[in-house]
Amino acid sequence: MSSNFPVEKIRQDFPILQQKINGKPLIYLDNAATTQKPQAVIDALKDYYTHNNANIHRGVHTLSERATAAYENTREIVRQFINADAKQEIIFVRGTTEAINLVANSFGQLMIKPKDEIIISAMEHHSNIVPWQLLAERNQAQLKIIPMNNHGELLLDEYQKLFSPRTKIVAITHVSNALGTINPIEKMIATAHQHGVPVLIDGAQAAPHLAIDVKKLDCDFYTLSSHKLYGPTGIGVLYGKKYWLEKMPPYQGGGDMIKMVSFEKTIYNDLPFKFEAGTPNIADTIAFSAAINYVKNIGLESIAAYEHGLLNYALNALQAVKNLRFIGTAKERASAITFILENIHPHDVGTILNSEGIAVRTGHHCAMPVMEFFQVPATVRASFSFYNTIAEIDQLVTALYKVNEVFN
Amino acid sequence: MLEHMRELYQETILDHNKHARNRRTIDNASRTAQGFNPLCGDKLTLYLMIVDDKIIDVAFQGQGCAISTASASLMTESIKNKTLAETQQLFEQFHHAMIEQDVSLEKLGKLAVLAGVKEFPARVKCATLAWHTLDAALHQQSTPVSTE
Repeated sequence: MSSNFPVEKIRQDFPILQQKINGKPLIYLDNAATTQKPQAVIDALKDYYTHNNANIHRGVHTLSERATAAYENTREIVRQFINADAKQEIIFVRGTTEAINLVANSFGQLMIKPKDEIIISAMEHHSNIVPWQLLAERNQAQLKIIPMNNHGELLLDEYQKLFSPRTKIVAITHVSNALGTINPIEKMIATAHQHGVPVLIDGAQAAPHLAIDVKKLDCDFYTLSSHKLYGPTGIGVLYGKKYWLEKMPPYQGGGDMIKMVSFEKTIYNDLPFKFEAGTPNIADTIAFSAAINYVKNIGLESIAAYEHGLLNYALNALQAVKNLRFIGTAKERASAITFILENIHPHDVGTILNSEGIAVRTGHHCAMPVMEFFQVPATVRASFSFYNTIAEIDQLVTALYKVNEVFN
Repeated sequence: MLEHMRELYQETILDHNKHARNRRTIDNASRTAQGFNPLCGDKLTLYLMIVDDKIIDVAFQGQGCAISTASASLMTESIKNKTLAETQQLFEQFHHAMIEQDVSLEKLGKLAVLAGVKEFPARVKCATLAWHTLDAALHQQSTPVSTE
């Protein structure tokens, strides 16, 4: 356990963590749902509206130049963060959900014909299921599902068998929000490429916990969300290989994504702007860069090591809780722990934990097929971040003893 | 444990959760209705046996949290042998009391134990699931039942 990690100092950077819930210090263990924001991000937001607010790409006045520079600077920061080749490959969207919808719509329009096949996995979040279902319905295509085992690991042999001459795209999650499983996506991407099939990776849960290198992964698309990465809501990223983005038709039409408009003919703008219609979420995009810089300053390797320590400590400590069953026990996993207490509904667990100041998520986690697979109506999920502590995990365990007491 | 946890999870509720009354099916039920809360996965099937405008038997099946189970169990006890009109009225009173801040559950007998749920807005839907299902059942047509 990395005892050199400056967690107490880091906690001071997050004003929201200083409060009490029901008279107890807040213990925020719902990071997979959204993360808290460091002062630097909050300041960036305030600073933008106080000093630099203007519409971007349009003006010759100073404020517009400042806003545009800050906005485009974020694009460059994101490019570096995920090691993409070119800024043209970084598209700003609302979040992972919009990123996937963009690909499903635009790539779908370009490439998916009747009887074509789309491969997704059994552990996907609804955001990486429904857009493909909508596409399949529209274009009369079929979904094929990569199965998983009882540990919540994808069956790679079965995955290979799913490919056919009609397979046009694979869409899988890097890290499962419901199970914490880290999928071997580099291998899975290589397999898909052997069949000439491009791959979209849902990176929403991965980006906060692992270093992302899209060149090394060789994925065709990668999505991530700012608000899962200590940045504001309402801004996310679609990374796409230039090869695809250039061929794909626009997703939304409007200002900024055009070069020239007339009623006879409209010429679309170059990448990345072709996919960025309308005035974007400028302030939050700029604040997002403050989040990425904050994370980079701590260092993703340090973060990963510390969080791994927390995860292992928690997995161990939770063994002592009676009637606790882990859902998702993959060998490779990141910082979410999903579990149930036998005969106690997750809602009841969550409500009692909240009375002790502890925030966890209860329900189906937007992954109903996963709940169905494990035959549970809902689960409890505790998800950690680099501002959580061992002491907080101890409190979680104590609170779970209390839950058992109430119901038994 | 905190005072308001004691209010929410008080004896009667815990009892009705652990030993839910009328948790079974009814063959040839006059009305059957399903309830589902997609936010949490709570599912409920309600069975009513109606003879001469009276609910002579009521039962439920399903899986849910302690609040929704206890509420369903308490509900079955409170509507047995009531007329359809009385039951509809009880639904409106209960529902109104659960969602309005200043309306109390005092006059609703045993149902008053659910008053604690009002402090937890996120859990009110748990308490009202069975009742919404009941409302749906009351508005259905009966399947023909032979009384011979």
